[in-house]
Amino acid sequence: MTKQQFTKIVGIQLLLLCTLLTLSFLGIILFDLFSKGYSALSWDFLSTAPSKGMTQGGILPAVAGTALVTLVATLFALPFGVACAIYLNEYARDHWFTRLLRASIRNLAGVPSIIYGLFGLALFVEALHIGASILASGLTLALLTLPYIITTTEEALHNVPNAYREAALALGATKWESIKTVVLPGAMPGILTGTILALSRAAGETAPILFTGVAFYTRYLPGSLLDEFMALPYHLYILSTQHQSLEQVRPLAYATAVVLLGMVLLLNLSAIMLRIRYRNLWKTSK
Amino acid sequence: MMNRRTFWDRFYHRLFAFAAGLCVLVLLGIFGMLLLNGFRFFESVSLWSFLGSSNWNPSAWGKATYGMGAMLWSTLLVSLGAMVLAVPLGIGTAAYLSEVAPGWVRDWIKPAIELLAAVPSVVVGFIGIVVIAPIISRIFGLSNGLNALNGSILLAVMALPTIISVAEEAIRSVPNTYKEGAYALGANSWTTLMTVTLPACTSGLIAATMLGMGRVIGETMTVLMATGNANAMPHGFFDPVRTITATVAIEMGEVPYGTTHFYGLYALGAVLFIITLIINLLAESIAAKFRKQGR
Repeated sequence: MTKQQFTKIVGIQLLLLCTLLTLSFLGIILFDLFSKGYSALSWDFLSTAPSKGMTQGGILPAVAGTALVTLVATLFALPFGVACAIYLNEYARDHWFTRLLRASIRNLAGVPSIIYGLFGLALFVEALHIGASILASGLTLALLTLPYIITTTEEALHNVPNAYREAALALGATKWESIKTVVLPGAMPGILTGTILALSRAAGETAPILFTGVAFYTRYLPGSLLDEFMALPYHLYILSTQHQSLEQVRPLAYATAVVLLGMVLLLNLSAIMLRIRYRNLWKTSK
Repeated sequence: MMNRRTFWDRFYHRLFAFAAGLCVLVLLGIFGMLLLNGFRFFESVSLWSFLGSSNWNPSAWGKATYGMGAMLWSTLLVSLGAMVLAVPLGIGTAAYLSEVAPGWVRDWIKPAIELLAAVPSVVVGFIGIVVIAPIISRIFGLSNGLNALNGSILLAVMALPTIISVAEEAIRSVPNTYKEGAYALGANSWTTLMTVTLPACTSGLIAATMLGMGRVIGETMTVLMATGNANAMPHGFFDPVRTITATVAIEMGEVPYGTTHFYGLYALGAVLFIITLIINLLAESIAAKFRKQGR
């Protein structure tokens, strides 16, 4: 074997090693959490409130809070994001406003999540007097997920072949009618995928809700959108760093991490499945 | 007279344009809000002492000090450490995915990397506490493994998906003719990768690195949980550090609205925003070039 062949083999193995190392991080996270958190999981854990200074009981208020705040975020971000994407893909020509819009969206995606928290605090909590609440947190998370929804929706719209639009227009439909009846239904799987990903992102975020409504502990489930709430990621943060007896609540922290991660991964897996299922949507119909 | 269908057609056109305009307003709003609140801070504290001093002690009785030097350095230390770990690993993985792996392997690995990207930062921070910290304290004989190194390792994991996907795109954008030229000269796949393909997409790899950096520099929960949060100038990777993001997260909950301290945290946010904005703008302009070249 020549020296060149030898370095080639070693080199390729090195690349494989890099890939395996990267994957091993995911493996370690999944294995450690599920192997240690599994035992503390039970129906009671999911369906009761924390008790005895959060050393016992479950995480029901946190699950409910996260579900609600994520729902509020999606309700605001989805119509707004889809409208933006429709404008970009269906109406906008290449001029300064479109370029500014695209640059804004790209940069919004790169803004650190804690900055969204600061913005939410200044705008929703203080300036608009909503107060620290589910609504304020939901709106903050909506802004955070907006760039994701816009990007994925625009891609979904872009994948709808132009022939469909032209066919609708040729039948006498106005532009809006062609969008409503032909383009949007065709882009629906892609929009759904993006929405699911945005949901999972919103559910896992902590920094944006820190100052806009999340609470250390609430005795009751939230009764209105103006209540403070508990959230799974923040609860995990509290249990793993802020609690007065960290070692005692470690099993609860593990179980909380499993619920949070399980939820997020399920959402992501379903998005991946959806994408695979509809990957050839337009290829086969041509 | 306009009929109903034309009316709705125009109505929706305007509505969508309005939504798009709001979107631009959000970014401008974030920027304006940070600047406005930051300016209020600089009414009582000089910009020079804010950037130049490293003594951050807003609650000192009588003479509060607001120097962000230690935090800025902590943030850079942790992020640079993360890049040192993540860049070779990420580019190696990207090269494997685009040049070596057969299609079906890639079809399995790419979703796995997507899942890695989806792990919430608070979960990554938790892993830092329960897995990485004990390992660090055992290997290096430290009393506690919550330090800059721990943060760097975790942030490297969080930067990997970004680096891999951008680097893979960059490597793919290298025209096949380049590689075929190298093969025709008798180079094997490894030599081609190292001497032709990777050098041909250096700018893309730099963009990947910068976008990864932009991703980790603003990360909050992970560093808040895993780096020990010592408010002091760090001397190395084994010191506990407190980053800009962690400081904002810790202190914002405690300060009264409208105080100098409150605005100081917004000024920190403004610095962070400007750093990430510059990184992202540079990375995007580089990435835009190789995307064009790839076509």
